[in-house]
Amino acid sequence: MNTATTTVPGHADDHHGEYHPSGILRWLTTTNHKDIGTMYLTFALIMFFVGGGMILAVRAELWQPGLQLMQPEFFNQLIGVHALVMIFAALMPAATGFANWQIPLMIGAPDMALPRVNNWGFWLLPPAAILLTLPFALALFGIGEGALATGWTFYAPLSVQGGLGVDFAIFAVHILGVSSILGSINIIVTIFNMRAPGMTMMKLPLFAWGWLITAFMLIATIPVLAGAVTMLLTDRHFGTQFFDAAGGGDPILFQHLFWFFGHPEVYILMLPIWGLVPHVLATFSRKPIYGYKAQVWGFIGIGVLSVIVWAHHFFTVGMPVPALIYFMFSTMLISLPLAVLFFCWIATMWKGAMSFETPMLFATGFIVLFGIAGLTGLVLADVAADAQYHHSYFVVAHFHYALFAGGIMSVMTGVYYWLPKWTGHMYDETLGKWHFWLTVVSFNLTFLPQFFLGLAGMPRRIPDYALQFTEFNMISTVASFILGLSQLLFAYNIWKCVKGGEKATDKAWEGAEGLEWELSSPPPYHSWETQPVVK
Amino acid sequence: MLIITALFVVVFAIMIYSMAKHRKSLGHPPAKFTGPTGRIQWFWAFVPFAILLFIDFVLMGIPAVHAIIDMEDTKTKADMVLKVTGMQWKWQYEYPEAGVKFISNLSTPREQIENKAVKGEHYLLEVDNPVVLPVGKKVRVLLTSTDVIHTWWVPQFGVKRDAIPGFLRETWVRIEKPGIYRGQCAELCGKDHGYMPVVVHAVPEPEYLAWLDKKKAEQAAGAAGADRAWSKDELLAKGKDVYEKQCSVCHQPAGQGMPPAFPALTGSKIVNGPLLSPAGKIIADSHVDRVLNGKANTAMQVFKGTLNDVELAAVITYERNALGNSKGDMIQPAQIKSLRQENS
Repeated sequence: MNTATTTVPGHADDHHGEYHPSGILRWLTTTNHKDIGTMYLTFALIMFFVGGGMILAVRAELWQPGLQLMQPEFFNQLIGVHALVMIFAALMPAATGFANWQIPLMIGAPDMALPRVNNWGFWLLPPAAILLTLPFALALFGIGEGALATGWTFYAPLSVQGGLGVDFAIFAVHILGVSSILGSINIIVTIFNMRAPGMTMMKLPLFAWGWLITAFMLIATIPVLAGAVTMLLTDRHFGTQFFDAAGGGDPILFQHLFWFFGHPEVYILMLPIWGLVPHVLATFSRKPIYGYKAQVWGFIGIGVLSVIVWAHHFFTVGMPVPALIYFMFSTMLISLPLAVLFFCWIATMWKGAMSFETPMLFATGFIVLFGIAGLTGLVLADVAADAQYHHSYFVVAHFHYALFAGGIMSVMTGVYYWLPKWTGHMYDETLGKWHFWLTVVSFNLTFLPQFFLGLAGMPRRIPDYALQFTEFNMISTVASFILGLSQLLFAYNIWKCVKGGEKATDKAWEGAEGLEWELSSPPPYHSWETQPVVK
Repeated sequence: MLIITALFVVVFAIMIYSMAKHRKSLGHPPAKFTGPTGRIQWFWAFVPFAILLFIDFVLMGIPAVHAIIDMEDTKTKADMVLKVTGMQWKWQYEYPEAGVKFISNLSTPREQIENKAVKGEHYLLEVDNPVVLPVGKKVRVLLTSTDVIHTWWVPQFGVKRDAIPGFLRETWVRIEKPGIYRGQCAELCGKDHGYMPVVVHAVPEPEYLAWLDKKKAEQAAGAAGADRAWSKDELLAKGKDVYEKQCSVCHQPAGQGMPPAFPALTGSKIVNGPLLSPAGKIIADSHVDRVLNGKANTAMQVFKGTLNDVELAAVITYERNALGNSKGDMIQPAQIKSLRQENS
């Protein structure tokens, strides 16, 4: 198991990290989990700003009725690519970056189990990101009509009709899918085989549990997505008619395949980072995690349920009544394991000795805002009510509460929580608090009005709207720019922390528990060469 | 809504109370518990479960099932049928019992969209031919599409249903009060997704029947036009009107198109190609073929289902003799009528 400590003369140098290439070659060839984790996180941060820039252009167009800045075609491209970038190139790599950095540290392993696969998994991402965004640049030179303009969901037959942007996006999804599957295999193998002696599955940190479930979900669902977009590709270019009724196909088949992946994807984005929330809550409440086993089973429950509820994303296509009832009730069932998590999180805080540093602020902010996402989801699950909310801004607001508050804010929780460990420096607490408050206030001002827009009947994905929607859109646009700009504070704070700052202690936080806090801050390039024993 | 608001308030009140009380700065000592201990605590741990199950499957669940069954029951006591066909980017309405069929287009002028004119009260929610329905009748609505998926949505009806190419979907409405109801397409369907509104005029039944008779008469007059010979000037005038309503969104008012997705008609090889074969038949991929039968996997639609013989003849003639083209030939509505019969 513990190969790093076997002493083969001549190999010792490599394994002990005294020798590795420097400069760009170091990053290209590295198989070190910390380097790769850093690259994932940096990539995610860059793409977060790319995707954010796109949506700010969209919000600027929606500032008032009429077409001001762009034509509808370009608008449609921005919304779809924004979603793909944020999901596949920002949130997922951020979670994988955490996994790379933290899982070996937390379970007492010297590295990930498959370091070269790890390297490859990362280096697939930049080409995929280029494929996604290149059509924008090509269109400037008169090649093609620009990027995919179907929204991120690729719904056939609109996507069959689309230009070369669709093909680029299909290949980008293929590559991103391969990268995710490689990352997942690596995480599963690492967790199953490389835990420190004495660390049974039921002593595994919740963060690792969250990721383990996620990895299985990825392996189960990404191939379905890959299959669906491949069918789309052959429909586009090779005359098949999977999604064309004229040839015996069915456009709705695409939606079933897409959402069989798409719904678990929601939890794929969130489960890994939900796993870190209890660690943060426990640390800053100076109290052990409440209901560890319940949370593990909650994660598993969510993972299993998430693959049997997909059709609630398209209740309006006209399904048979029994299917509607089944998907409604199975969707509502998800509220049970979620409620378990919520209650465990709150019970972890209950009667603790809490202090509110930035990670704790983000974690508690996450719980409240994600609560709004969950409860509005319960309403959307009601088929008859969904007929009204579906395809409207209500849904847009709902999933941004889930994915921004539930996803991105918990990534930020993790970044602030572990930055002292990774860099050896404390970040600037004042800046961090500013970042939190600006983010929370502007986030709510951006998306709360969108619930009302949806209730008032504004459909999503329209570049121009009727006059009665103007005021709420204006509020939303102004707030979205504040939200976007305050993220620069986040980037600056990270940069500042990497460059220097108050020295972090090994434990960094008074109440922190876990193997990673027993290492120095920052940890040595090769850590846990001798595995710790967990009692 | 009330239920989720109540849940939200109760659950987070506990947390906020805890956040205020159990602070290190207030000197609160950390407790050590990690899970429920003892029978009473276990009991309380399962109470929220029971409440949630009750809310999900009884309090919300039972009414929700009845609502679904009611919502999906389109046939019982339906008084009439309205067929709605979505197409990029307009709606076609058909009253099968009366044999009335027409297209409903956005009527907001382009200048308002481009901010060159003041926006009207019903900006983007106004059409040239609104659909008219009688109040107090259960209307069974059948939906389909000719190209991509659209969604027919009128918020005040609480009705939203996808129109799927190649399939029929259904829903129903019963309008209680006369008035004008406005909605729009809710599924991203391409470039002008934001510009395909739904406007329904709900009127008392006698008024509805009168409107239906008027529509029937208009339609009969239109069909009769196919049997007489049309002069070129008549066709050009009519063609300009059809072109501006049906074609100019993509091919642009002056025919320059928006390449590469929407090719130019000015100077186009297809438009300037031969009209018909020497035997008077349709040539594959010719101008007439494109307009009548569309082009697969593109936004070019099959117009033979949506336009009548006069409109087709007029728009083909117009495209060949205007927009910078000057082929000089023309096609008669009667020719279209016979081509249509040969092909079917």
